[in-house]
Amino acid sequence: MNSIEVKALSKKFGSFTAVDNISFNVRKGEIFGFLGANGAGKTTTIRMLCGILTPTSGDAIVGGYSIMKETNKVKTIIGYMSQKFSLYNDLTVEENINFFSGVYNLPEAKLKERKKWVLSIANLEGKEKLLTGSLPGGIKQRLALGTAVIHQPEIVFLDEPTSGVDPISRRNFWELINYLSDEGVTVLVTTHYLEEAEFCNNIIMIDQGKIVAEGNSKELKSQNIKNKMYEVECDNPVEMMELLKNADFVDEVSIFGNNIHLSLNQNFISKDQIKSIIDKTGSIQINKIDEMTPTLEDVFIHLLEKGKRQVV
Amino acid sequence: MFKRTFAIVKKEVRQLKRDIRLLAVIFSFPVLLLIMFGYAVNFDVKNIKISIYDMDKSESSRDFINSLNSSEYFDIVDFIHSSSDVNIHLDQKIAKCIVVIPSDFSKKINSNRNTSIQYLIDGVDANTASIIKNYMFAATTKFNQKINSEILVRKGFKEYIPLSLETQFWFNPDLKTTRYLIPGLIAMILIVTAVITVALSFVREKEKGTMEQLNVSSLKSIELILGKTLPFIVIALVNAGLILLAGYIFFGVEVKGSYLLLLLTTLIFLTASTSLGIFISVLSDSQQVAFSAATFVSLLPSFILSGFVFPIDSMPVIIQVITYLTPAKYFIEILRAIILRGVGVSAFWDQIIYLLIFTMALIILASMIGKRKAESV
Repeated sequence: MNSIEVKALSKKFGSFTAVDNISFNVRKGEIFGFLGANGAGKTTTIRMLCGILTPTSGDAIVGGYSIMKETNKVKTIIGYMSQKFSLYNDLTVEENINFFSGVYNLPEAKLKERKKWVLSIANLEGKEKLLTGSLPGGIKQRLALGTAVIHQPEIVFLDEPTSGVDPISRRNFWELINYLSDEGVTVLVTTHYLEEAEFCNNIIMIDQGKIVAEGNSKELKSQNIKNKMYEVECDNPVEMMELLKNADFVDEVSIFGNNIHLSLNQNFISKDQIKSIIDKTGSIQINKIDEMTPTLEDVFIHLLEKGKRQVV
Repeated sequence: MFKRTFAIVKKEVRQLKRDIRLLAVIFSFPVLLLIMFGYAVNFDVKNIKISIYDMDKSESSRDFINSLNSSEYFDIVDFIHSSSDVNIHLDQKIAKCIVVIPSDFSKKINSNRNTSIQYLIDGVDANTASIIKNYMFAATTKFNQKINSEILVRKGFKEYIPLSLETQFWFNPDLKTTRYLIPGLIAMILIVTAVITVALSFVREKEKGTMEQLNVSSLKSIELILGKTLPFIVIALVNAGLILLAGYIFFGVEVKGSYLLLLLTTLIFLTASTSLGIFISVLSDSQQVAFSAATFVSLLPSFILSGFVFPIDSMPVIIQVITYLTPAKYFIEILRAIILRGVGVSAFWDQIIYLLIFTMALIILASMIGKRKAESV
């Protein structure tokens, strides 16, 4: 069963097309990843699905309601958390919870139950009287998610919820997202941490307002990167990239720290070809050459590069 | 709807309670402003410093000088003995006015001939100068009358004055400026505090991103607006009460008309001010911009264009037209009617209608701009 059905959705700001005729479906209870560079149109799409922005054309059915015709009904069954922590720093933890439950009109008994739940997922039991502004980022973010779903929505939109948070808190936060999904909540999450995207059941990647790839992480990799990939570790990756860029057996080169990821084409026979090019210069020291399985990051870069080439 | 509005009211009050600085400003600003304006802005001219250059030094000239000195309007600060000192006294601001009595003053008066007295008035402050001129005119007329009646009596006639002036100042019998200023002050203070606090409160939510969170909830705009403005309207009402109390204690200004009418009209004015605050919050994206815009839009027109200090009737026509955009103008009319004249709603119902039109226009404009802006971000 689909929780969200997006049909030919577009949004134009003047002559600029932020979202260009996109369609996709999100199944109930799944974690759906929405990937793309900054400015690709992720936030605009989410804002349309939440009913804050009116689409220029197209429609979407969110939890059974049309975002064009039943915006107010959509708002009652969704939760939303943006990249900014949408809590009041000058209110205490408890006051924030009370406020949002008031906004969603929860009855007194329900509030009690939900408050307990929010405090437990944020690890804030016994700390209700603390000012929210004084909490560490990771905790604040869990509290923000808790208050965003205080009314037990069927669908939650998370717009870059983990930006600016340390890796451990990020990992814990994803456990929370998994927990919500296990409870049957549909989660649509945008991120630009590609390793996070591996946790998603399904992913779409968008670039310049258009969907460039969709599927689960395995499918994305196998569909987009058909060539062999090698990882080369060396002491001067920048110079090495320049050297290898124009080799006839190389399709794409990208740098990952001290490593270089090479996407190779049919001219490639063995890793000695790589070595021989490097050895000619004599100045670069190679530490390791291994075949590798592509990451989502490789897919992402591959797709963006392809997009650029098409534009040119 | 009621419950959700109440949740917002509660939240606003809590946030305000933690913002001690803002609270202190909100409550001390009005009374401070009132006392400052009440004592400093005073157009009553009294104790005008004058110097006398008496070239005659006769009984008649002394008579005239005494008549000036006995009035509370003049203080004789010095007697001048040479014509060169005349300039010095005006240049160095020793006196605002110099009375020059010619050397043949008594000779001419005693022989019933016309003589002139010269008044040299410092004209830098045009307002005061013209008041001095009027006082001097009155003093001279009085002196003329006295001499005339003496002559008539000496000749055996009864004094006859065909017209006598009987002036009564209604509503402000002592012509005290403060009495006239207090209604204007109330209007100005209320609009400034209401516009600034409301604009800041909305823009802060925009700046912090909490507004977005409220937008995705099922909260209706009317619930949000009511919830966010009600606390500030109550604060402004309390402030209005404080100003009235301070006005009574410090300046003896009493409310002559109905308190209920005063409360109702104040509420209407506060609604207008609030809508101005919302309008500004829609236009501005940061608290700094909102604060400057709110101060500019509320303070300046309420001070200059509202008839608070400067009478609208004596402004050029174009400026008079602009004054219609100033909500304080309407409220000042209403306040003066209720507080000073003690009259009923029949005297100012048109002002109430203007205020309501102003409010509606602003709210419609704000929601139009707000919608357009929301779609362009």
